[in-house]
Amino acid sequence: MASIDISSLSVASAQDALRRGDFTSVELTQSVLDTIAAKDGAIGAYLTVDADGALAGAAEADARRRAGEDRDLLGIPVAMKDIFNVKGQPCTCASRILEGYVAPFDATVVARLRAEGAIPCGRVNMDEFAMGASTEHSAFQVTRNPVAPDRVPGGSSGGSAAAVAGGLALASLGTDTGGSIRQPASFCGCVGLKPSYGRVSRYGVTAFASSLDQVGPIARDVEDAAILLQAIAGADPHDQTCLDRPVPDYRAALAGASVEGLRIGVPKEYFVEGTDPQVMALVRAAIDKAAAAGARVEEISLPHTEYAIAVYYIVATAEASANLARFDGVRYGRREVGPDGSLQSLYDLSRTHGFGPEVKRRILLGTWVLSSGYYDAYYNRALKVRTLVRRDFEAAFAKVDAILCPVAPTPAFKLDSTVNDPLQAYLCDAFTVPANLAGLCGVSIPCGRTADLGLPVGLQILCPPFAEPTLLRTARAMEGLLK
Amino acid sequence: MSDSSLDVAHVCALAHFDLSPEEMARFQRELGPIVAYVNKLSELDLTGIEPTQYGQPVANVLREDVVEPSLDRETVLRNAPDASETEFRMPRIVE
Amino acid sequence: MKYLVNIGLETHVQLKTRTKMFCGCLLSTESEPNTNVCPVCLGLPGALPRANKEAVKFTVMSGLMLGCEIARHAEFARKNYFYPDMSKNYQISQSERPLCLGGSVEIHEGGVPSGAPKRVRINHIHLEEDAAKINHYARHSGVDYNRCGTPLMEIVGEPDLASPDEAMEYLQKLREILVYAGVSDCNLEDGNMRSDVNVSLRPEGSAKLGTKVEIKNMNTFKGIHAALEFEIARQTALLEAGGAVVQETRRWDGDLGETFSMRTKENAHDYRYFPEPDLLPVDLSEEQVEQWRKALPEAPEAKRARFQETLGLPAYDAGVLAAQKPLADFFEATLAAGAPAKLAANWIMGDLLRLLGAASLDVADLRTVTPASLAALLKLVDAKTVNGPTAKALLEEIFKKGGDPEAIVKERGLAQVADSGAIEALARQAIEANPKPAAEFRGGKAASLQFLVGQVMKLSKGKANPKLAAEALRKLLS
Repeated sequence: MASIDISSLSVASAQDALRRGDFTSVELTQSVLDTIAAKDGAIGAYLTVDADGALAGAAEADARRRAGEDRDLLGIPVAMKDIFNVKGQPCTCASRILEGYVAPFDATVVARLRAEGAIPCGRVNMDEFAMGASTEHSAFQVTRNPVAPDRVPGGSSGGSAAAVAGGLALASLGTDTGGSIRQPASFCGCVGLKPSYGRVSRYGVTAFASSLDQVGPIARDVEDAAILLQAIAGADPHDQTCLDRPVPDYRAALAGASVEGLRIGVPKEYFVEGTDPQVMALVRAAIDKAAAAGARVEEISLPHTEYAIAVYYIVATAEASANLARFDGVRYGRREVGPDGSLQSLYDLSRTHGFGPEVKRRILLGTWVLSSGYYDAYYNRALKVRTLVRRDFEAAFAKVDAILCPVAPTPAFKLDSTVNDPLQAYLCDAFTVPANLAGLCGVSIPCGRTADLGLPVGLQILCPPFAEPTLLRTARAMEGLLK
Repeated sequence: MSDSSLDVAHVCALAHFDLSPEEMARFQRELGPIVAYVNKLSELDLTGIEPTQYGQPVANVLREDVVEPSLDRETVLRNAPDASETEFRMPRIVE
Repeated sequence: MKYLVNIGLETHVQLKTRTKMFCGCLLSTESEPNTNVCPVCLGLPGALPRANKEAVKFTVMSGLMLGCEIARHAEFARKNYFYPDMSKNYQISQSERPLCLGGSVEIHEGGVPSGAPKRVRINHIHLEEDAAKINHYARHSGVDYNRCGTPLMEIVGEPDLASPDEAMEYLQKLREILVYAGVSDCNLEDGNMRSDVNVSLRPEGSAKLGTKVEIKNMNTFKGIHAALEFEIARQTALLEAGGAVVQETRRWDGDLGETFSMRTKENAHDYRYFPEPDLLPVDLSEEQVEQWRKALPEAPEAKRARFQETLGLPAYDAGVLAAQKPLADFFEATLAAGAPAKLAANWIMGDLLRLLGAASLDVADLRTVTPASLAALLKLVDAKTVNGPTAKALLEEIFKKGGDPEAIVKERGLAQVADSGAIEALARQAIEANPKPAAEFRGGKAASLQFLVGQVMKLSKGKANPKLAAEALRKLLS
């Protein structure tokens, strides 16, 4: 059997080939497994690969196809961020504290992928509990940017982006709390989509910040992102924050996509000093192409942008401090008991040695902003400023259909360059966190490479909550213009 | 809102971290500038602004009172670091 | 110096839902450990709570029964603390935005029926989840998460109670109302209703409340009473000796009959309450609340008043019959089946309760005597078709085996003899057979008439109407 070259194979074209009978899902899956074995040593995207499970899933998909089933994801292997519960598989969140845990249930997104015939083929690396923007905060391994191996793939869904960009997966699922899908997609040159808050179920997805987390795809192109979103979107009785709204046909929304007549807003606060000039230039060039193609481009203002990082690091860490309290060594995961054999020592040692420094730092900050005497000055104040950030977008979207801006102030940075300055690292999230605070949908698509080092740069498109069809159409049109 | 107001030792006790003095000092050093940075929110006049605590402004999603299957006990206890046949086990708690 | 007492109660009531507060696991106290447990109960990574509508409804119904204002916007909150009985290491509760605000319970001053009416204010009612059960063994402790997530309603009372007896009446009234509303069994043995209390003393004449002490770990109403009495005595002695009460939490030891200071650490919690982002707010519409209001049963106080005013029952009878909903329901169903009110009240409170008591049976579990059969029996009594002793015997028989009183009376010819000619014949017979008592009655010994009536009853095999028999004898002997 000739190995299939998956290095630039999209989900849609693989599905066409499966439908034509050019290859089977077992052959496709075997090729993915072989490619991981051959090439992932140099990248480090995967934490675990479930070869037996994947091949069994592929055989089942082939059987379903023979029985007459036909679905867009039938027989397609998908890489999963290590944050999703997949029944019978470990789920470590790249943390030592979850060592030994085996998921007894499927996350809703996993169950939906399975129902569509997709195959969870392996678990990819991430920043521990999704806290970070470089995947360097994984407790287990370094993941390299496939485009520039001395650089980070971004994060926290760095493994997801590296797997797709490195030709080790056709597509993957990640999560985005403050940019964790869009920023690594930008760094690795993929398409990364963060759905509106409430569009996709969070059940079975280890929580970082409950009011901000969303699951979304990282893929090779906009069409693949639409196919994956279609499979995972929609109300879930297991997640009361996942809203009961109709799920439009996202792939159909792409047909004949054009920016002609589209009202595009360009927020002046996103084009300020401190952003890499090459990033700025590539994003500006993309906006110019949109204007040339008939979009009505106007400058807008999102005046509370400068407060978004402060709001985000208060809200996200506060929620995380409670969400991560359950990791205590009592019911699952790592347990360590001190010489006195006390429950107190069990809690203290399991957590102190189970969590890495970035997670501890955020839990400390989040515990503090909720603590007696500081709640009003920090947490409650942040919630009010969150209202202002949300209102900025409401006002903007009264005038424009979509906002175009950079994803991150820089292209992928070098490994080990930010780990020692947490505040500087946090500030790099400035362009991605507002969408999470306001519950918007957003996507990062490739918009070129830097002239000097050829590093990928992403263009961010933001749309109002539940305007995924507009978001995808705009992204598809821009993808065409930027080719 | 002074940035020295975050007392790492106190917060560690609440979060159940048992840090060495060196680690404690490191977190105190790193968190200082972050607290100073987030203090910028105090610039804003927030009179009359309602807090946003949810991901979307929606209410009233409730579940009907219908019994669903539970996990079987073997599965429940399988992940436990220590368990008897029927219960999760931990060091004896002194009341 | 004399001291005045202020007692406040925080009462946790387990709601009678089928499933837990935040997941679909069955609520049962009879299951094997850790069998009613799912990812939500265990706090597994990625598990999310899902609020139970029925629990919200029951809490709102309780609020309506207690005269609370129902919040138009309620929110859940996380209360953070580490303990193995709470799998997430936070409890989902309500803090700033509870479901019910205000409200009150009516009691009597001094906790005695003769006391003047007194209104005990409720601060608010909120909904939360119960903790798991921890069992302690010689070398380790074990956790059973079956109870984890049981819906609890917490009724936070104001410190308006002035004595342990008032606290008892408050709890009994509260229990009566909640059982009435059908929201809880309030079964004390099963721990369905648990209270923490706070007590403070202030010198007579001072309006400012004294330093508050909280007491935990009372499992029964009796325990609460005893703990309060002990604590009031302790604080009084302390103040009289010139000491000061320390604000703290104390633990009641029922075996020793004393309260003990809990470790100060217990008092130094910083719970870091914040809005629960996994659950959406509950914004109840006017229509929804009205719909639930319409489904409410009549409150016991209102029922008592109605029994007195519209049925003309004495206050005592109305009180007994209204105190328990099943009994009141049985009584009203009996009336609906055609029994006269006073007769039904007398028979239910007298013979029926006695039979139930002797059989250790609850009226709710009574299957033999039904309101319809009791009403049929009482109609026979009212129409004098059967006499008192026959009716009593019939009730006992139906209580044991069930059956239709009319059919039994007909089948066995138990209808009382009310034909004056027939009774006169029997009376004549009785006088002839017993000349001595007859002569005595003629001579003025009134008691001899009773003997002769007994003879007439005997001759009639119990079926004669005793009143008519006495009349006939009097006529013949005059």
